[in-house]
Amino acid sequence: MAYTEDDLKKELETKEYEYGFYTDIESDTFPIGLNEDVVRAISKRKEEPEWMTDWRIEAYRIWESMIEPEWANVRYTKPDFQAISYYSAPNKKPKYDSLDEVDPELRATFEKLGISMDEQKMLAGVAVDVVMDSVSVATTFKKTLGEKGIIFCSISEAIREHPELVRKYIGSVVPQKDNFYAALNSAVFSDGSFCYIPKGVRCPMELSTYFRINQAGTGQFERTLVIADEGSYVSYLEGCTAPSRDENQLHAAVVELIALDDAEIKYSTVQNWFPGNKEGKGGVYNFVTKRGICEKNAKISWTQVETGSAVTWKYPSCILKGDNSIGEFYSIAVTNNYQQADTGTKMIHLGKNTKSTIISKGISAGKSQNSYRGLVQINSRATNARNFSQCDSLLMGNKCGAHTFPYIEVKNKSAKVEHEATTSKIGEDQIFYCNQRGIPTEKAIALIVNGFSKEVLNKLPMEFAVEAQKLLEISLEGSVG
Amino acid sequence: MELKDKLISSFLAFEEACDVDSDIHNLRCEAIKEFETMGFPSKKQEAWKYTSLNSVLKYDYSVFPKKEDAIEYRDIKKYLIHDIDTYNLIFIDGIFSSHLSQTTHDKIDVCLMSSAMAKPKYKGIIDQYFNKIVSKENGFNSLNTAFAREGAFIHIPKNIAANKPVQIINFATGNESALMIQPRNLIVVEENAQIQIIERHQSLTDHPVLTNSVTEIFAAKRATVDYYKIQNDRPSASLIDNTFIDQKDDSNCSMHTFSFGGKLTRNNLNFYQRGEHIDSTLKGITIIEDKQHVDHNTLVHHIFPNCESHQDYKGIFAEKSTGVFNGKIVVEKEAQKINAFQSNNNILLDDSATINSKPQLEIFADDVKCSHGCTIGQLDEDSLFYLRSRGIPLKEAKALLMYAFANNVLESVKIPEIKKRITHQIALKLGVSLGFDL
Repeated sequence: MAYTEDDLKKELETKEYEYGFYTDIESDTFPIGLNEDVVRAISKRKEEPEWMTDWRIEAYRIWESMIEPEWANVRYTKPDFQAISYYSAPNKKPKYDSLDEVDPELRATFEKLGISMDEQKMLAGVAVDVVMDSVSVATTFKKTLGEKGIIFCSISEAIREHPELVRKYIGSVVPQKDNFYAALNSAVFSDGSFCYIPKGVRCPMELSTYFRINQAGTGQFERTLVIADEGSYVSYLEGCTAPSRDENQLHAAVVELIALDDAEIKYSTVQNWFPGNKEGKGGVYNFVTKRGICEKNAKISWTQVETGSAVTWKYPSCILKGDNSIGEFYSIAVTNNYQQADTGTKMIHLGKNTKSTIISKGISAGKSQNSYRGLVQINSRATNARNFSQCDSLLMGNKCGAHTFPYIEVKNKSAKVEHEATTSKIGEDQIFYCNQRGIPTEKAIALIVNGFSKEVLNKLPMEFAVEAQKLLEISLEGSVG
Repeated sequence: MELKDKLISSFLAFEEACDVDSDIHNLRCEAIKEFETMGFPSKKQEAWKYTSLNSVLKYDYSVFPKKEDAIEYRDIKKYLIHDIDTYNLIFIDGIFSSHLSQTTHDKIDVCLMSSAMAKPKYKGIIDQYFNKIVSKENGFNSLNTAFAREGAFIHIPKNIAANKPVQIINFATGNESALMIQPRNLIVVEENAQIQIIERHQSLTDHPVLTNSVTEIFAAKRATVDYYKIQNDRPSASLIDNTFIDQKDDSNCSMHTFSFGGKLTRNNLNFYQRGEHIDSTLKGITIIEDKQHVDHNTLVHHIFPNCESHQDYKGIFAEKSTGVFNGKIVVEKEAQKINAFQSNNNILLDDSATINSKPQLEIFADDVKCSHGCTIGQLDEDSLFYLRSRGIPLKEAKALLMYAFANNVLESVKIPEIKKRITHQIALKLGVSLGFDL
């Protein structure tokens, strides 16, 4: 990687230097450190109503009393929360003037992923033509969505324009006191997305495309709220297959999904943040709280492809509150070099006839550590609840680790819970078979990994499935040994 | 006074009663300090998340029981596997009962911990093995080491197969209103030697008893150890069983745990594989009801290549009972070509019963076959219907299916008398008497 530790260091150093001069609260970047005034200032900056400010302050007070969790199977130097600037307006100035200036390695990756020139420019931070296709596309999208009554905007906008919805649902699934990072996020979230699908409406498009073009530079503390009203359907894609060179070390996002009666939400994530260099220096810490609640007959499906970040700590969960509700979790987590991932899901069965499926595929290479941590809880009133979990791990080399920590708690006799886990490596015979048919080892591994991940890849929206497949290939490059 | 403080203050008196000059003195003092810092485990600790000790630790246990009570063979005969010839090590309120026991020094040593500690002849073995593999993860182990005085000492020299099994039984008479006993067993099986052991804890009255037992087992090259734990105590008795097994090349150890009784039972079973081509078997059947709590906490640590481990735990949980299974397999990065299997199957018979299962894998080697499976479910409706359509009443039909469910574990029991007894126990537990032996 051309982006070395020195670059990062330099960047961080200059950044701090920069902050030193900005003391004025009205300026674009806040001084480092966190206290009640900063929280108030963020809220003021965003022109939020008073209830929102109070809500943030409450979260801040809770956060102050909490300690950073240590139970996850990851090792890292804890971030210094007083050394972070908690608000910074999006940088309008492009980093580069043309694509030629962009790091060639990054460009090569773009090529492999098959990302269009314009998008490449967006993602790499190159100045883009105003009449770029995507902008008009975005406007068209907005019109179509508007006709259906779908609200899709930034959360700050939603707080201003749809306070009744935000106030009712924010914090209803992930309360401020949920955990350390959720509390921090609740206090200081800078932006995020808000989505409301009215009763009986089927969202005509994957909200992904729109999202990908417009939200390239999302903040460090992102807050997402998706509400699917009775009988509606939405498919939402977050993140992007392209490698994202975010300068923020710590990401603590919160995602809340609310699926009312008969609604369905499909939430897909592709995460490919900077994983640190080959020596394990630098990289993003990704500590995310994601949770959805299902009312009667509702369905929430989480799909994730995690290939980036130095440390990942993420458990998209479903609370199956209503009778006959369904929760699904499909995940591929790839770790290479010194990456560490502790990821999984929680399925809380409260209603009758609730069903959940968990398919988790972990691939570890290099010196990485990959853990699955999941909870399946069947409460005593959840009659006829059903769960099926499968966690498969693939190890490449003996310097990495694969771990499984499934928690199963059952309090109802009619529950049927199955959990299966396997760990294996790519068989020499499988590789030999491919070699024999003229497929080089590197390609053969990609092929086998794809087969291994198929069950999850199939759940992704079509265009992303193709990209995700390539992404897996790239993430594991050079891991053959 | 809190139990912890009471134990710490009784330690001095205990030490005075023992030989202060012995080598073990330092070990004991160290251990009591460890216990002082750690205390009893709480639910905040990950390994004790599902097991609360509050209901067990609330009694004012007496630590020094009165002298041996007159107990006759006929009082305890039913608790022994008496239809086969065995060596017996019988302890009453933690004190060895010579007239009920049968020990030996002929070729093999089946005797007492206290005498082994005292005799110079065994000093070498004690120095080499005593307290070498006990983990300091929880306060119970250190507490036991601090109060280690009595228990079974078994030493099987090279190339000898013990001529008959050994039974280790701890009785609690109930002379005390509440009693805590801490047996400490050491079992050393040398190269190519063999032994079968049956262990049991039994209280004779309904006074609360807390047993905190630590057993260390060393299996040298090509040694075979076949161990059975029968846990069918009264509902007033609780057991914390800590067993540590160290295996060398080509050895074969199996542990069967049958948990039917007791108030709270916690089995900490740890296998350390320190050699190649080792085979470890961990199996268990749990059938409990009525506020009983059984917690199996297993660890298989694969350190060297080419080894195997097999785990199979079955549980049937009736009203208000709680079952916990916390199984962990660790495969180190040098431990290639490992086959490790773990399965935990449970049946809940009532909505007030709970099962918490946590089968964990921690794997650092790539060329391994590791799998675990966990199921929680009910008896198959179709099978029940099939049996009933052939004239078998519902209760018996259910019992037959449950018996079949547990049978995998019973199949590998090598002593037929134990198998017979356990099947009988299962039938009793399920409340049926079939016209034939199940």
